Amino acid sequence: MRKYILSLCCIFCLSVFALAQHDGHNHDGHKHAKETQATDHQNHNHEGHDHSGHNHGSHEGHDHGSHAGHNHGTHSDGEGHATNACGHSGHHEFNPGETAFHHISDQNIYSIGPFSFPLPCFLYAPGHGWDVFSSGRFHADAHGNGEKAYNQYILCEGVARRVLDASFPTGEVDLGHHAVYTKQLPIEKGKTKEYAFVCYNGKEWQADTKSTADAGMFGGGITSFYDFSITKNVLSMIFVFLFLAWVFMSMAKSYKVRRGMAPKGITNFIEPIFIFIQDEAVKPFLGHKWQKYLPFLQSIFFFILGLNLFGQIPFFGGSNVTGNLSFTAVLALLAFLVTTFSGNKHYWEHTLWMPGVPAIVKILVLTPVEIMGLFIKPLTLMLRLFANITAGHIVIAIFVGLIFIFGQSGANPGAAYGTAIGSTILTLFMMSIELLVAFIQAFVFTILTASYIGAAVEEAH
Amino acid sequence: MTGNIAAIGAALAVIGAALGIGNIGGKAMEAIARQPEAVNDIRSNMILMAALIEGAALIAIILAFFVN
Repeated sequence: MRKYILSLCCIFCLSVFALAQHDGHNHDGHKHAKETQATDHQNHNHEGHDHSGHNHGSHEGHDHGSHAGHNHGTHSDGEGHATNACGHSGHHEFNPGETAFHHISDQNIYSIGPFSFPLPCFLYAPGHGWDVFSSGRFHADAHGNGEKAYNQYILCEGVARRVLDASFPTGEVDLGHHAVYTKQLPIEKGKTKEYAFVCYNGKEWQADTKSTADAGMFGGGITSFYDFSITKNVLSMIFVFLFLAWVFMSMAKSYKVRRGMAPKGITNFIEPIFIFIQDEAVKPFLGHKWQKYLPFLQSIFFFILGLNLFGQIPFFGGSNVTGNLSFTAVLALLAFLVTTFSGNKHYWEHTLWMPGVPAIVKILVLTPVEIMGLFIKPLTLMLRLFANITAGHIVIAIFVGLIFIFGQSGANPGAAYGTAIGSTILTLFMMSIELLVAFIQAFVFTILTASYIGAAVEEAH
Repeated sequence: MTGNIAAIGAALAVIGAALGIGNIGGKAMEAIARQPEAVNDIRSNMILMAALIEGAALIAIILAFFVN
């Protein structure tokens, strides 16, 4: 059991580090590979754009379902349609795709129902230094847009961003209502990317998103600052980590105290799952070495399962940790490292120089394919978990979004109420599917990791 | 209505994966009907195989997004 806690800690620490580098995915509907260059291209493009291209989630008085990052219900209509000093209107056409992406992304505030709680921000900008403050300084409104700027940082849709222009005042700056907004800007032919803007002193200032470790592959890249904050996802991981540590330590204690007696309490719930994973996923693949890898595999399983289930609690932050590419990347990296370092001579021989095959076939086909396979295995682990959880969350967000599509963003309340009934049923159905997926994906991740490790430790026969 | 060819590629990958997973599910049902006592082994192998196929489809979908 101590081993279990240890590997859980390892996973946790690594994941925290990964998430600190995370972007929460680009919020634009399109993904592109060349956005880093595009950022430079935008820098000298501060004023006088065509405003028609932008649209992010509706600012109508609506209340999202389980995945709502914040409560949209507290807005008065007059305020919602205000036009700010830069001529940017608060009223937008509802875009379900963007709203869904916005609601599954990581944020610097934690919302439980209508209340949002500030989280600590650890921001680093090269040449500017560290900024450590609470995200409460941003005075986030109901949409997660900050009404104040702090040391050139602003909060847009719950995510901290940095104003690019160095002449923007430092310290606390009062921005007022609806000063922060996003716009779609064209980056290359036929493609647009969403950028955050802030309206201050009648001027429009462009803001940068945080740096990501993906080298621009998923639309991020190195920008003017790094975000090492305890975000919503990191906090959720801390919750789940503490909960699991508590559950398993109390279970370990109860096994000692109640030796020879029937299990009691939460042990009754956890033990069958633990034994199921041990018997179905670990033992069949790992042979007589199963005990060595059991703590790692069980940690992975329960951590993924805990986060999957935690992310499904409605109105409780709506954190989407397992549907986050950097989190799953860390898990896949761990699986890759364990597999690689437990590989025996037999495994490497079969990977690099397959015996009994003509040399030309080995050089041209087998070895390249096997080496690619080494990396494709963790890659699919990463993508599978991410895609399954994200897809489920997006479908729920879209079902809720149907209400606003048919209700024409409040213009047609009758249709909105009608759709709300149907969409509630669909959402409930989808949530029960997701409950199943939470278990299946945690199981699949574990069984595949076990099979990869099993292939690496298999003895020659 | 706008879109691009990458979306069609992603959809084709999904068709392939759907056929594959459907086949696995159907065959697993047949196997369970034939040997109900082996249901546990069949179930976990079914999930494993479905996950592997899903992985291939996901790579295609992600590649479709990349070239987009």
